[in-house]
Amino acid sequence: MRTILEINKLSMDFGGLRALDNFDLKMNEGEIVALIGPNGAGKTTLFNCATGIYAPSGGDIFLSPEPDRKIRINSLKPNIITGKGMIRTFQNIRLFPNMTVLENVMIGRHCRTSSGILGAILRNDSTRKEESGIVDHSYKILEKIGLNHFVSELARNLPYGAQKKLEIARALATEPFLLLLDEPAAGLNARETKELDTLIAQIRDEEKISILLIEHDMKLVMSISDRIVVMDYGRKIAEGPPDEIRINPVVIKAYLGEEFVA
Amino acid sequence: MLNVSEMKKSLLVSIWFMFLTFPIMVIRVNPIEKIVEWRWGNMFLVGIGSFILSFIWRYFIRQKESGLKKVEMGEKIIPFFEKLRSGDSIYLRSLCMTLSCAAAVFPFVFSTYQTTIMTTVLMYVVLGLGLNIVVGLAGLLDLGYVAFYAVGAYSYALLNYHFGLGFWTVLPLGAVLGAFFGILLGFPVLRLRGDYLAIVTLGFGEIIRLVLENWNEFSFGPSGIANIPRPSFLGIQFSLQQATVYQYFLTIGLALCTIFVVNRLQDSRIGRAWIALREDETACQAMGVDKVRTKLRAFALGATWAGMVGVMFAAKTTFINPASFTFIESALILSIVVLGGMGSVPGVVIGACILILLPEYLRAFTEFRMLLFGAILVLMMVFRPQGIISNVRRTYELKGVPGRTLRD
Repeated sequence: MRTILEINKLSMDFGGLRALDNFDLKMNEGEIVALIGPNGAGKTTLFNCATGIYAPSGGDIFLSPEPDRKIRINSLKPNIITGKGMIRTFQNIRLFPNMTVLENVMIGRHCRTSSGILGAILRNDSTRKEESGIVDHSYKILEKIGLNHFVSELARNLPYGAQKKLEIARALATEPFLLLLDEPAAGLNARETKELDTLIAQIRDEEKISILLIEHDMKLVMSISDRIVVMDYGRKIAEGPPDEIRINPVVIKAYLGEEFVA
Repeated sequence: MLNVSEMKKSLLVSIWFMFLTFPIMVIRVNPIEKIVEWRWGNMFLVGIGSFILSFIWRYFIRQKESGLKKVEMGEKIIPFFEKLRSGDSIYLRSLCMTLSCAAAVFPFVFSTYQTTIMTTVLMYVVLGLGLNIVVGLAGLLDLGYVAFYAVGAYSYALLNYHFGLGFWTVLPLGAVLGAFFGILLGFPVLRLRGDYLAIVTLGFGEIIRLVLENWNEFSFGPSGIANIPRPSFLGIQFSLQQATVYQYFLTIGLALCTIFVVNRLQDSRIGRAWIALREDETACQAMGVDKVRTKLRAFALGATWAGMVGVMFAAKTTFINPASFTFIESALILSIVVLGGMGSVPGVVIGACILILLPEYLRAFTEFRMLLFGAILVLMMVFRPQGIISNVRRTYELKGVPGRTLRD
């Protein structure tokens, strides 16, 4: 299996605080990897570094969209990284609240389309074609995710669970090969979490998109991931398949404290 | 409704107003006879007036609140303009026909004075639409918009003075220069948002004005530039009255062109990116929108219109000096956008009409003119904070779902 994301000795300092400390991670094609760890372990910081929102203080991040291509993405801007095929969702929902559901997804198509100012004013054939392509593609994604009955609703009027789904739909519209989900199940009820479970598996199997997710819901993490990476204080403390992680004493210590280690 | 607590509230309001207006409404110093007149009658009138008005005020506030409650209960209240838009397009079409007929015959029915006022209104429509791109769509609060207006006006005045270039040559040049200065302002403020952006743009506007005021060799300083030629038509020179009418139609042309272009931009890939940028900058960039490019495009395309109107303004007044481009002008244009409704094209048009026509026609009230103007603005913002016409998101037709727009 081919490595599509490679993080080598990544560090991130905020003043005196070391949020990421020589962190290594490899992701293979078609894998679902869960990133877990106590609050403040540096999980979201890792996402922010990987997607270009923060510039890491040290280390390298490589992305490989095609077999013999490897791009160093450390210093690239978020929109360029998205263009290369890695996309993320946000922990605290960051939709465009005053745009419709469809428009939110259409923004995701921005980096895959190109019409400019003149095209917009003249509205020539190619622009019109591109525009209707954007609408159709976006609608198809909404249908797949199951939000098609909300299309012309404003995003801020959606129920919480639907907003979480819309974030995923918007991310899928950018045609990624790697999807980073930041706590997708946070705030969802049991039924919605189950739906999410199916959805994530479906995205991997049908769209051939690899998934890296941060999650606190252990039931979801255990059932869905191929591999689990455990973080604490910005460092990787354990890595392995779910069954191994479940009984790993280092992990139990990080989560529950020394006295719980059998 | 007329219970004791209501009466008490109104009584307090009237006492407060009597106290506030006491110095200007009651005391009058007569310097000739060297006595102080006490006009107690006025105080009585203020008291009665504010007492009654406070009842009316509370009535409207209650109306508004019950309206909000209905919306919360799930009832949809469709405002008048919305009805106009979604309902039979016959209404809309007949309204457009009437308006265009009225606009066409206007200068032949009314006096030159009225025509000049209408030309001014149309210029502010274009300015408002330009600023609407920056503030309403892209959400970048620009308090120095008047700078681009000045750039347009001075480029016509100076290019004409030094090189004898005509109106039609400078009009596109003014647009290009406007866009250039837009990008010039855009670069340093790319990282700024909100309050910081507002302060820097405010400074930029002042810098342009101060340069024009103090660089005598370049701009002739505060004394300005006179004898700027009016626009010609195939070399024909007009009389003053004809020129006014001609300019009126030119401005209508420019306004229509602006409306057309802004409408199209709004519904395009670029327009969506602007709105997304306004809604959430970080998310927008993470979703693959180039922030730098999108912001610069907004600044440039917004400033283009100001540049063009600047050229028109110089040609209309035939004399310009830096005093026409003060901060208050930027504030006025911004009020047009906010009052009309951020991001809404018809809103901006109506906003410009109100804000330019009101002070003009309130001249009958002489010294109370600005007071009334202010009161109307405050009332507007209390009862319709979202602007006269709030922006309604576009709905899309889908191929796969025949005969159904996405609205239902």
